[in-house]
Amino acid sequence: MEKYDVIIIGGACAGMSSAIYSSRRELKTLVLTKDIGGQIAITTEVENYPGYESIMGPELAQKLKAQAEKSGAEIKMEVVTEIKKAGDDYILTTANGEYQAPVVILTFGLKQRQLGAKGENELTGRGVAYCATCDGPLFRGKKVGVVGGGNSSFDAAEYLSTLASEVHLFNRTDKYRAEDVLVDTVKAAKNITIHNFTEIEEFVGEQRLEKVLLKNTSTNEASEIILDGVFIEIGWVSQVDSIKGLKDMLEIDERGYVVVDNQSKTSAPGLFAAGDVTNTPFKQAVISAGEGAKASMSAAVYLQRLKGGSIVINNKK
Amino acid sequence: MATELNNETFQKEVLDYKEGPVLVDFHAPWCGPCQMMGPIIDELGSEVEGSGIKVFKVDVDAQQELAQKFGVMSIPTLIIFKDGKPKETMMGVQQKENLKSMLEANK
Repeated sequence: MEKYDVIIIGGACAGMSSAIYSSRRELKTLVLTKDIGGQIAITTEVENYPGYESIMGPELAQKLKAQAEKSGAEIKMEVVTEIKKAGDDYILTTANGEYQAPVVILTFGLKQRQLGAKGENELTGRGVAYCATCDGPLFRGKKVGVVGGGNSSFDAAEYLSTLASEVHLFNRTDKYRAEDVLVDTVKAAKNITIHNFTEIEEFVGEQRLEKVLLKNTSTNEASEIILDGVFIEIGWVSQVDSIKGLKDMLEIDERGYVVVDNQSKTSAPGLFAAGDVTNTPFKQAVISAGEGAKASMSAAVYLQRLKGGSIVINNKK
Repeated sequence: MATELNNETFQKEVLDYKEGPVLVDFHAPWCGPCQMMGPIIDELGSEVEGSGIKVFKVDVDAQQELAQKFGVMSIPTLIIFKDGKPKETMMGVQQKENLKSMLEANK
């Protein structure tokens, strides 16, 4: 089993920033992640990450990775399935083996919320999609739907209206959480129809999505619409459950977020967390990056105490 | 490295190839997850060289006909072909080791 000083689970803004700070402290650092960049990698333009007036999300993700690697961190594209405690250390299991470290930093963010409608799982990737910027261009000239009333769904609708022939936006109420300016743009688009008080009951199709069964949430009236694709953009939820043993080790709030103090410590010694996975408010790339740095600095202090040495205050490099 | 295919080369390299499994990565330049997958596919392509296993890429933007033919509606989509027929389809970023063992299993 390979031993590290610090293992970071997750490879987006919080994780890569953690990795940069840990490896610059000359701590043997491993990042285990299923992807690079997380939510940022599926965003189009990022215009609020300081230092870049404007940068494409995937490019920012690659830059974070390159910087973490240059700092000395090892990055493995492996999914952690289980965590166990062994003395002062944690043992992490992936499909490729086990990794051990006294410090684990949780930075694996959130996962996209599913609608929970009938046929959704079966038709995912066959017309049901969760990433307009990834899969949108595959629906050029086709009829598509978008589910949700927030910024991400209105954003998706606006983007898809430039590609698809028709866009139908489904919202359960007549209120929108999206910014007014975005709502106005969507309302002004000629090929977007907003269906208020409407939810999707079922996705129907054999090999691919053929039609969608709808229900009016105020009158219960049923209807259907023929669509080639539907993009589900209804937010993000906790995925703490995806690692066996994790939620029994630490405090988690009612929404599934990992509870941390102002030094990024969880309730379990040696377990730190940063970014969207935590109960820290405001899910933003720059906040995650800052929190990731803080978690690593806090972890370095913990490691020094554990090893009984003096505490290094400044970075060595 | 993994070579990019077009309609004609796809026929020869994938559909007419009978010596082993062929992995095809359907991707596009504008897709973030595809940019993560790209280097993994290139590495895998180099590692399996000479083993009978082949690894290729198809840009769905440039090759819309191929994307339609194999029902690609989400990218990246990875398809393992055996004797010219699709055997396994995977969507989203995949790990190299998993792809390798799936290819070995289809040898």
